Amino acid sequence: MPKKNTFKTFISDIPQNLFSGFVVSLIALPLGLGLALASGAPPISGIIAAIIGGTVVAIIGGSNVTITGPGNGLVVVILAAITTLGAGDMHQGFLYTLAAIVISGIVMIILGFLRMGSLGDFFPASAIQGMLAAIGIGIFAKQIHVMFGNLNAKGSIIELLIQIPEGIINLIKTDNSSMFYAGLVGIGSLLIMIFYGKIRNRYFQLIPAPMWIVVLSVGMYYYFDLVSDTAYPIDKSLLIALPDDILSNFAFPDFSIAYQGNFINAVIAITLIASIESLLSIKAVDKLDPLKRRSNVNKDIRALGLATVISGFLGGLNVVTVIARSSVNVNNKGTNRSANFFHAAFLVAFILLFASELRKIPLPALAAILVFTGYKLASPDNIKKVFSIGSEQLIIFLVTLLTTIATSLITGIIVGILITFVIHVIINKDILLFIKNVLKPNVLMFKEDDKYYVSVKNFSSFLNYTKLKSKLDQIPETEEAIIDFSLCDFVDHSVMENMSNYVESFARKGGDFEVIGLDDSKSGSEHPFALRKILPKQIIPKEGVLTKRQKSIQSISENMHWKYNAFSAQEMEELPTFGYFKTRKIDKVSNVLSNEDCTIFDVQFSEGEMIAKQVIKATMLHIHTLKPVPNFTLDREGIFEYILEFAGYKDIDINNHPDFSKRFYLAGENEEKIRAFFTDDLILFFESNKQFHIEASVNGLLIIGNERLASVKEIKALAYFGMGLQKTI
Amino acid sequence: MQKINKILIGVAFSPNLRANIFEAARLANMFDAELVGVHVGTKSNQKESDLKALLSDADALHKPFKIIWKEGNPVEVILETCTQESIDLLILGALQKENLLKYYVGSIARKITRKAPCSVLLLIKPSVIRVACKHIVVNGLKDERTEETIKTAFVLSEHLKCNKITIVEEVSQGELQVKVSDDKTLRKATIAKERLRTRENQRVKNILGDISNKDITVKTQPIFGKRGYSIGHYAKVKRADLLIMNAPNKLGFFDRIFPHDIEYILSELPTDVLIVK
Repeated sequence: MPKKNTFKTFISDIPQNLFSGFVVSLIALPLGLGLALASGAPPISGIIAAIIGGTVVAIIGGSNVTITGPGNGLVVVILAAITTLGAGDMHQGFLYTLAAIVISGIVMIILGFLRMGSLGDFFPASAIQGMLAAIGIGIFAKQIHVMFGNLNAKGSIIELLIQIPEGIINLIKTDNSSMFYAGLVGIGSLLIMIFYGKIRNRYFQLIPAPMWIVVLSVGMYYYFDLVSDTAYPIDKSLLIALPDDILSNFAFPDFSIAYQGNFINAVIAITLIASIESLLSIKAVDKLDPLKRRSNVNKDIRALGLATVISGFLGGLNVVTVIARSSVNVNNKGTNRSANFFHAAFLVAFILLFASELRKIPLPALAAILVFTGYKLASPDNIKKVFSIGSEQLIIFLVTLLTTIATSLITGIIVGILITFVIHVIINKDILLFIKNVLKPNVLMFKEDDKYYVSVKNFSSFLNYTKLKSKLDQIPETEEAIIDFSLCDFVDHSVMENMSNYVESFARKGGDFEVIGLDDSKSGSEHPFALRKILPKQIIPKEGVLTKRQKSIQSISENMHWKYNAFSAQEMEELPTFGYFKTRKIDKVSNVLSNEDCTIFDVQFSEGEMIAKQVIKATMLHIHTLKPVPNFTLDREGIFEYILEFAGYKDIDINNHPDFSKRFYLAGENEEKIRAFFTDDLILFFESNKQFHIEASVNGLLIIGNERLASVKEIKALAYFGMGLQKTI
Repeated sequence: MQKINKILIGVAFSPNLRANIFEAARLANMFDAELVGVHVGTKSNQKESDLKALLSDADALHKPFKIIWKEGNPVEVILETCTQESIDLLILGALQKENLLKYYVGSIARKITRKAPCSVLLLIKPSVIRVACKHIVVNGLKDERTEETIKTAFVLSEHLKCNKITIVEEVSQGELQVKVSDDKTLRKATIAKERLRTRENQRVKNILGDISNKDITVKTQPIFGKRGYSIGHYAKVKRADLLIMNAPNKLGFFDRIFPHDIEYILSELPTDVLIVK
């Protein structure tokens, strides 16, 4: 691999990272405030965590495109810590909790130095899923009442859930206008969160959903203040409270009960969740990294620990790597750690410049953001997914979920581990297999004929997965690897899920990772855990009855003498070469219409990972050009491009065609070749036709209309456009 | 060891005896060695005639068979006999786990193996009919005994008409001195591994320099992993017919609690194992 001038690329990437850091800060601001409020801490503590996290981890962290700040998972833990440690006094409880945060930061640093950052690898996947869902339910149950304008709902998670219908009735019947309007703002905000992803308008999407909520609710305040005669209907107690002098009012941790049992419990819970959440996020973000780098997990854990210590001393929550904000960072073309730093810098600017505006945000608006996050963590889709893996996974998931809700996080995860182990023993009807072999070095790896061969013996489950992982991590992802489980009596779901992750990351970096030895009937029938279900990269549904749309597409294809196929394997391979799909993962290509050179198809892809995941279906046209095409993108000229330009892109103007240059935004690496490619005929064609987003790569041209499925009529138009373009080229 | 003149076999009147005797007789003839049997227990006419009948069924021995009857602790008796008779090779049968294709060495045989003054051959599936030995895996550890072991492997393969030998060099992970945590360290580790691999291959090549090996395909295979364990795993994966290893240097109390080297092999025999002393 040639060594690049890293400093030079770093400098040249600054504009786009500045831009993406800005967009991230737009989300981090409302989320930071909301997460802190939900944790029962002063709202500013969330912002402190984001600022310190962004700065420290950007400087000494080991990952590339992650964003750090206060995390979802910790809401439940911090809230529990503040309530139990404070014994009723929320402020004192917060000071004790800050001490717990500082100590958990120190523990994280130690874990990082001991290379134990991968704590999360010791937990079964379904148990972690169950725990996350429990956290989601916890956030949801508490915040939905705040969203309805009721700050006084109290009780356990189950009680809070039962009170929800009552809360809705109260909101409708209430004669307290402050609460009623606050509730309306909350519900409106929730609707924004829900429908934001559905509206694929790029101007609208420039501002992230949480920021829309902030902008609209602050705007509403000013509407009442300046325009309308009536006073602002929402009472001050339902608005966010920030200290008057933000720079001088830091809370300081109180270590006086650091020896007590429940304090130590809090430290353990905070550390556990912080490291699990960070690890999951780092892993997930690595899958999104457009430059396909590998994060140094232990270095990152150390950085997070240090950031947590500093943040705790300054009165901030603890710092973890967060998936949603990191996904936004990647989607906005963040490429290195400076984006994280800029996000922190923008937060400082916001909090200093707009403190008085921020005080106008109603709490229900922030609660709505959290309700949505909570719902996503515990969404029924997750349960469905777990069930599709196997009914025993559902048992593990539900047991962990219910125990966590009913007791505490630590008990929940311990029970989750135990139930997983018990189920493994029951399935194998053999406890000795596990006891005798758990400590044996069961993985053999050697290189033969330039291929890495890995053989796993006895059993492979979450209990001894780190042994396998440490070997697999030594294989460069550009190589060929064969993992043989044929000597294994049992492979569990956690391992299988990780294997499919490896398959993916090897495929991304051009290597090959193959799992063998599982398809012999013995392991298949005796061990339903041998979940080959997850392994295939794309799930191709069985051909069933065609929908109406499919039928009409079929009939167009007959009229135009094109071919119709339900699925296409070729497109699945060629599409990822386009820049558009660099940060988006393709799930499925279907309803393929094609003649010799043009292919129109529906593609289903996803942006973001985990809870930030958005599934998008869109219709696109792919033209296989006969002559080579230089890499470029062509768009309508507009506000959006001006912003991109500011972020380091350059518009190529074609001489003699001022009209084309004005209307279109053309960008690409090799200016000369692009200029040569755009002949007068081609420019005339573009000028006289509907404008699409067009991308060119080695595999031809990709034409995207709107980022959604096209109607039958639009498909026809797209087809004619494609044929015309093909002729002109 | 290299040259085998005297082979000792334990005679216990178990269902395996027939196969054990057949295998031992075949080996004795292949090496042109003398076969000695030892029975721990009382001598009786019944046993004597049974043994005679078995021997007459097996390949005719080139050299006369000698049987020793002795009472006492099996471990001690067999070890004593080894020294008294100046035995070169002791053959022991392994036990098979019920319904599983896994073999292990029983507690008595294990004790003998640990203390034996001579080389020990552990057979996992002695058979009445000869099964050809096609592939021998031998360790290439960085150890003073290794040269002797490799030489023995070549002598043996000549007698057994085996034409493929793989020398496995186990390099412990600690020698790598680079821990993989990101792309940069991965690149470093890969380069360091390549270097170690070349070094190990060179070392084995030096040993091989003195050995004539015309008809035998020799392969070297460096493996990064736990000593003693990965070679067994390798032999199993490669379906080797015989695994040849150095005798352990010394085995103390802690070696049994924290098993390593030979102990791994004894608890889970991958194939027939010869421990060279």
